[in-house]
Amino acid sequence: MDQQTNELIKNEIENNEVCLFMKGTPDAPQCGFSMAVSNILKMLEINFKGVNVLENQNLREGIKAYSDWPTIPQLYVNNEFIGGCDIIKEMYENGELIKLLESKNINFKKKK
Amino acid sequence: MAMDLKEIESLIKEAMPDATIEIQDLAGDGNHYSATVTSSQFSGKSKIEQHKMVYNSLKGRMGNELHALAIKTKEN
Repeated sequence: MDQQTNELIKNEIENNEVCLFMKGTPDAPQCGFSMAVSNILKMLEINFKGVNVLENQNLREGIKAYSDWPTIPQLYVNNEFIGGCDIIKEMYENGELIKLLESKNINFKKKK
Repeated sequence: MAMDLKEIESLIKEAMPDATIEIQDLAGDGNHYSATVTSSQFSGKSKIEQHKMVYNSLKGRMGNELHALAIKTKEN
């Protein structure tokens, strides 16, 4: 990965508490898996940055090398890689995602 | 680009001989699969590590020949 792409990725995950590397944007996802994770974050009313990897081929390949993870989407919270679509869905369903958000002091909508 | 269900199964099996593997071809197009992998080798590992073990067993095919593989890992 070139230096510029590495810097770009670092900047995004360091400057955004919750950062989702995805295909498309939160409002117009271009892939079902990206949409699924983006929708979970939206449902929880989490303030997150969606980074569209389709806009930058270097970024699209770079993020896979950065996390050593071969697929997109990829979710980062407070600089830490949390997982891809399957893991986030599972964590949402079993309540682990909520626990993680609480432990990292991320604001989200709590169920009444 | 597509990949045969049996090929996915045998690659995972090769890397994790004790694993029980259930694979479904979700769209019938040889491109969108889901796999449930149960193995004692997952014990004590994080979800990320568990999924990486499955990805690694596919030797770089994930994201290339294989477009979509939903993974569920279980310890036994």
